[in-house]
Amino acid sequence: MRIGPEEPCVPGFLSAYPSLAVQLPGAALPWLRRSRDEALERFAALGLPTTRDEDWKYTSVAAIARRTFGVDAVADVPGNARTVVLHHAIEGTHRMVFVDGRFVPGLSQPMPLPATLPEGARIGSLAQALDTWTEDAEAFFAAADEAADGFAALNSVFWSDGAWIDLAAGVALEAPVHLLFVTTRGDIANFPRNLIRAGDGASATVIEHHVGPDGASYLSDTLTRIVLGRGARIAHTKLQQEGRRSFHLANVSAEQGRDSAFLSHALAFGGQLSRAAITTRLGAEGCDAKLAGLYVGSGRQHIDHHTCIDHASPRGTSRELYKGVLDEAARAVFNGRVIVRPDAQRTDALQSNRNLLLSEEAEVDTKPQLEIWADDVKCAHGATVGQLDADQLHYLRARGIGESDARALLIRAFAADALAGIEHGPLRARLESLLPGALPEAM
Amino acid sequence: MLEIRNLHVTVDDKPILRGLDLEVRAGEVHAIMGPNGSGKSTLAHVLAGREGYVVTQGEIRYMGRDLLALAPEERAREGIFLAFQYPVEIPGVANIYLLKAALNAMRRHRGEAELDAVDFLALVKGKLKLMDMDESLLYRAVNEGFSGGEKKRNEILQMAVLEPRLAILDETDSGLDIDALKVVANGVNAMRSPERAMVLVTHYQRLLDYIRPDRVHVLALGRIALSGGPDLAQELERRGYGWVEAEAQKRHAASVGGPG
Repeated sequence: MRIGPEEPCVPGFLSAYPSLAVQLPGAALPWLRRSRDEALERFAALGLPTTRDEDWKYTSVAAIARRTFGVDAVADVPGNARTVVLHHAIEGTHRMVFVDGRFVPGLSQPMPLPATLPEGARIGSLAQALDTWTEDAEAFFAAADEAADGFAALNSVFWSDGAWIDLAAGVALEAPVHLLFVTTRGDIANFPRNLIRAGDGASATVIEHHVGPDGASYLSDTLTRIVLGRGARIAHTKLQQEGRRSFHLANVSAEQGRDSAFLSHALAFGGQLSRAAITTRLGAEGCDAKLAGLYVGSGRQHIDHHTCIDHASPRGTSRELYKGVLDEAARAVFNGRVIVRPDAQRTDALQSNRNLLLSEEAEVDTKPQLEIWADDVKCAHGATVGQLDADQLHYLRARGIGESDARALLIRAFAADALAGIEHGPLRARLESLLPGALPEAM
Repeated sequence: MLEIRNLHVTVDDKPILRGLDLEVRAGEVHAIMGPNGSGKSTLAHVLAGREGYVVTQGEIRYMGRDLLALAPEERAREGIFLAFQYPVEIPGVANIYLLKAALNAMRRHRGEAELDAVDFLALVKGKLKLMDMDESLLYRAVNEGFSGGEKKRNEILQMAVLEPRLAILDETDSGLDIDALKVVANGVNAMRSPERAMVLVTHYQRLLDYIRPDRVHVLALGRIALSGGPDLAQELERRGYGWVEAEAQKRHAASVGGPG
């Protein structure tokens, strides 16, 4: 435990645990209780990160450490939750809704899910899954238990619910699964956890979507673990639209089997302070990883993305493109780590981070981090920070397009390729509607 | 249609235009010629409203209005079109999207109904044929990866779609081979009409073999040093610009009360 004015101290979570432990999902399962207990010990040892940690140099979570957040075992679903859910619903998906950290079947659809799913697809809430698929749960959970930092450890202690998506070999989900996490009030902490496993040749698209009210200050500490079998394919889209006063700390990690494909989109719009750590390990030959991201900040938002692509086996391919659009006094951090381990010969990795600053005060810290230990590899990276191009702006205006429309058009053109690869039409349309500066219909 | 009186323009505090007068009436085609650095392109940019070109004296009236009071987009909507010497590449914006947005901005301004996708495409396809351009160029990003000739043709395509009242072509002939030049000239000639005026800014007489102007003006020292009929272009081709510049120098010296 670390205490001091500059170093955040471990907040009241430790003392909250004993009374909560008996009410959290799986309290009756000894292995799960043990797992939470151990995570608590890790958290006590790790504490919350400080800016002295190299990985947190530009992102201070002191504001979180100074706060107290309530952690409740049970929560009421407020009456307006349905309106919020319908507002954020995405057409053509299986929707699972979690309100303040708990699964709410009544807002999810179509329910019950199993009726509309192919055989071999087991999808449900984690809390339910512990009862329904008890015999598989321990192994499934064990795959996720890697506490990368204090926030991941904290999630392992307090997770209250999330999605269990388990696809047997060859199962292909046609409709995306939309996991909608809704926070309804301030001063609480949510700990969603999602476990996704795709057997050999299985495939699915999962949308992990976080929303909350702009006026409320709350903490979302999320963890998603994805395991891909041989030839499996998972497209994971993380859409962060948290309230503008909230804190959002996310860990997404994938473990890739032979010839598997992992497609990640991380899209950050909300939050006062948000950070997403997205990691994939190309653990067997012939894997393909595509990581795309887009962060859009204004006001005094702070948006941090830390990615890690770990080429641990030969003939892996990775493509990474992160783009940022920052206005006013927004600040972003991009840290893209690419590791090519000695065995990972014939790796082909490309990384690019491009930023558009729309104001004098906006700021970005971008850092590519290539660690190459193999010799027969193709790796390239690049980072740019720039403003809207005055010549382009003038050209559009000289064609009769008004200044604000011309700016919006150029911002959208800049951001567009970070959204390329989003296959579900209604999701793509939603994302385009979230880009800054809505264009008039007629354009 | 266009009246320019005693126009003085500085760029980075450097005087470029120094008392330019020009009048262009509807239906006329004027060529502005002159050596490099004489201020030809500056005139084109000032008419389009480019930032950084500061008018320190004089006025420009367009259709009886003060042109300098209008933002670039307002000028475009009022029917002024500049074919750029260096068309800008805009990755991520499809050519057809720009054409449609530009045309509809103009139609909205005039209180006309916007064209729907079908009518718009029919209109554009006709103009593509005129410019001998492939339809695939519509779906590529604006000017991105276009050859020099394709970019210039694309400018004239935009002009053909937008049907301006006053078209200013800034060095549209530069960098074109003879076949492309003919295509561009055909496109321009097809648009000549009694309601439309055109100003061709060019260094060489070559373009004027294909587009016959009504008036030819020579810029020197930031003002019109000499004006004449279409034959003046041929004389310039034979004699070069030196003699015009020398005479302009003399006049300039006399007007500021130089040695004498």
